Amino acid sequence: MELPNMEYMMRRRCDSAASVPQFTNSPTLIVMVGLPARGKTYISKKLTRYLNWIGVPTKVFNLGQYRREVQSYKSFEFFRPDNEEAMQIRKACASNALKDVVIYFSKEHGQVAVFDATNTTRERRVSIVSFAKEKGYKVFFVESICDDPDIIAQNIADVKVSSPDYLNCDKEEALADFLKRIECYKQTYVPLDDEKDRRLSYIKIFNVGSRYLVNCVRDHIQSRIVYYLMNIHVTPRSIYLSRHGESNMNLLGRIGGDSGLSPRGHKYATALGTFIKSQHIKDLKVWTSHMKRTIQTAEHLGIPYEQWKALNEIDAGVCEEMTYEEIQDNHPEEFALRDQDKYRYRYPKGESYEDLVHRLEPVIMELERQENVLVVCHQAVMRCLLAYLLDKTSDELPYLKCPLHTALKLTPVAYGCKVEHVFLNIEAVNTHRERPGNVDVSRDPEEALKTIPDHF
Amino acid sequence: PHACTVDSYGLSCFSPASVPQLTNSPTLIVMVGLPARGKTYISKKLSRYLNWIGVPTKVFNLGQYRREAVQSYKNFEFFRPDNEEAMQIRRACATNALEDVVIYFSKEHGQVAVFDATNTTRERRISIVSFSKEKGYKVFFVESICDDPNIIAQNITEVKVSSPDYVNCDKDEAQADFLKRIECYKQTYVPLDDEKDRHLSYIKIFNVGSRYLVNRVQDHIQSRIVYYLMNIHVTPRSIFLSRHGESELNLLGRIGGDSGLSPRGHKYATALGGFIKGQHIKDLKVWTSHMKRTIQTAEHLGIPYEQWKALNEIDAGVCEELTYEDIQENHPEEFALRDQDKYRYRYPKGESYEDLVHRLEPVIMELERQENVLVVCHQAVMRCLLAYLLDKTADELPYLKCPLHTVLKLTPVAYGCRVEHICLNIEAVNTHRERPGNVDITRNPEEALKTIPDHF
Repeated sequence: MELPNMEYMMRRRCDSAASVPQFTNSPTLIVMVGLPARGKTYISKKLTRYLNWIGVPTKVFNLGQYRREVQSYKSFEFFRPDNEEAMQIRKACASNALKDVVIYFSKEHGQVAVFDATNTTRERRVSIVSFAKEKGYKVFFVESICDDPDIIAQNIADVKVSSPDYLNCDKEEALADFLKRIECYKQTYVPLDDEKDRRLSYIKIFNVGSRYLVNCVRDHIQSRIVYYLMNIHVTPRSIYLSRHGESNMNLLGRIGGDSGLSPRGHKYATALGTFIKSQHIKDLKVWTSHMKRTIQTAEHLGIPYEQWKALNEIDAGVCEEMTYEEIQDNHPEEFALRDQDKYRYRYPKGESYEDLVHRLEPVIMELERQENVLVVCHQAVMRCLLAYLLDKTSDELPYLKCPLHTALKLTPVAYGCKVEHVFLNIEAVNTHRERPGNVDVSRDPEEALKTIPDHF
Repeated sequence: PHACTVDSYGLSCFSPASVPQLTNSPTLIVMVGLPARGKTYISKKLSRYLNWIGVPTKVFNLGQYRREAVQSYKNFEFFRPDNEEAMQIRRACATNALEDVVIYFSKEHGQVAVFDATNTTRERRISIVSFSKEKGYKVFFVESICDDPNIIAQNITEVKVSSPDYVNCDKDEAQADFLKRIECYKQTYVPLDDEKDRHLSYIKIFNVGSRYLVNRVQDHIQSRIVYYLMNIHVTPRSIFLSRHGESELNLLGRIGGDSGLSPRGHKYATALGGFIKGQHIKDLKVWTSHMKRTIQTAEHLGIPYEQWKALNEIDAGVCEELTYEDIQENHPEEFALRDQDKYRYRYPKGESYEDLVHRLEPVIMELERQENVLVVCHQAVMRCLLAYLLDKTADELPYLKCPLHTVLKLTPVAYGCRVEHICLNIEAVNTHRERPGNVDITRNPEEALKTIPDHF
């Protein structure tokens, strides 16, 4: 197997959880399928959030938005299968959306596009498959099938009634119109067929996940998508994130290490325990890292907890246990490089935020499977988890504010997450260092140390 | 409250100090399917995987119980549904197997039992479900459905014709009898039913994995099992394992670090390239770690390679770049503790073999998905991968022999793996240290250093 010389030095980093080499892998077009109010947009957004977090550039193309741009919504009549004029408009929108997919893949370095539309007719799906084949894209269908009227009514109440389409309607009008809309689609809906579609790659999700049919998974990314979709659920629950109580190293402005809690840190742990009790949370799971400070914090809660090595703080390698002043003194160049690209920068003999995300992926997967969970962790770790839950970019992630002695309560709602910050009124040092103005390797120490937080 | 250690994937591991998690019920995996549908293949492979990730698992193969009870197999007539006497024996065997499952769970710390039998009647499955409910075990069915006569003929040739049942028959006789055996089962086979069995937890595998139906995954371990089963395949291929060429630190008897290759190491890399070319491997994927010595080795191959951080050598923490003599001098107690339990021992500020296994799990998963792969890695990493591929225990794993300058070619065959050791005839130091006789912390330096390999 001789290869042209230029490829001898070809080297692809396969360390992220995505493991999707950049240049030889065809982009993937995920095609949602299903009647309205079956959770397609919910799945599209959640899946996209997950893929972007693990490092696979992904974007949703929602046909409803394209349609709203060209036509202001009057009533369900727009969706009648015999409405020729509307059909033309809808076909044009689909074309435009797919054109934008092409731009996303060819010019914007996208790797996965999620085409969020009903795609309920065989004809529409056949045309998408040819389009994809012509362009060299892989296609993976995600069909959501639901016949439970309660779930559908809930979906409509959660996200449809408040949609831009129904801005000027009251709730009952909106509900009645939307149900008629669904009926329009039902007339021409042909689900993916066991026999006729046996060569397509797809997953069928029945009744919000009690059952799945998976056909012809063709590659790694499709396998990861299937695994993720099979682990998410919609049961109401809350995720609590907190750092350990203030540690002795925090007091000294030192990073990393494995120190115990300061007296104020112990106070916080007690306060956290009280807060948790007051929330009367059903079946709360508590997770900590393997480091003393999170374990000591959890000990005060009086609840069994599980220790995850994956939740350990970012390894600062040669900078472990140093103050920022010491880092500037001993490793000024490294210090600047980190400020230039805090997400990708890896401490010598340590880790990067990017490494952390990869290491946290199984934690996120298990968080998805669970219901009420309290995660007691560390600053960098919490930033990574928060970025996943709140869909923050890798540029924002390393600068997310996660102060000590503050619990975050995240509750999934509609397509996102409601966040409540609960400061438990126990003083602590600030450990947040903003990006300084000058990130040049040639900067002076004062410029480098401008944004470091105070410490003893 | 007691703390439970959880691996990176959320599975509770019992370290000697912690109390076993009383809330996790054991899981009974029940295979379902006609003969020659790959049930034993799946049972063994799944067990191998679960044990490797730290979930104690055991296969209970009904055929073995039957062979012990009936001593010599005559012909397919034993399996006729109207053979009352045989039916009694077969029922008794099933009962004995389930009794052994109870012992495995209650007295041998087992967590997963795989009941490898046809379980093709509804009646049999109902009785297993009641049995489990009574004992508090979770049940997960794995049904293998195959109607491709070529696959079945292949299976029969590979594993049935050479089974103990046919020890005195020639191949054609065995084949003919086995086909009649399958017909006996077909008469009473009732597959898991979409409607009637909708409350059971199961995965149906169609035609060796082109299609899966997954119903009611109850918990984390079932979700992992489903993910694993959906990633394995039976396409013939080979896995090549090699360490990097001899490194500069190897020559000095120092562990860890990130040094480049020695001159002999470079020679090996070239020889490896020659060997690989000589194998004429179709679409070979090459994986390395992020460390110089594996990358430099792969560079000589002239093939594109992918770098995995997960393949980095075990982190020896405070012992990085020390010789064994240095370790004995500076950390004699740690040195002894490591000899006492090499698998679980974690270097201060470093990792254990157990940590390594968890970090390598995504590599194993991707190895299962792939076909021909060459993994260029490190001694401890290679031991972990080899233990998975060859079903070695946690006790054997840290002492597996993985010498420098030797390629291992592993080819799946029947229920296991054929291994070929290929020494490429380039001299290298030995880096294998056997467990010394005295592992007590009170031992003297000579006893500790007795088994260290020579170095410059």
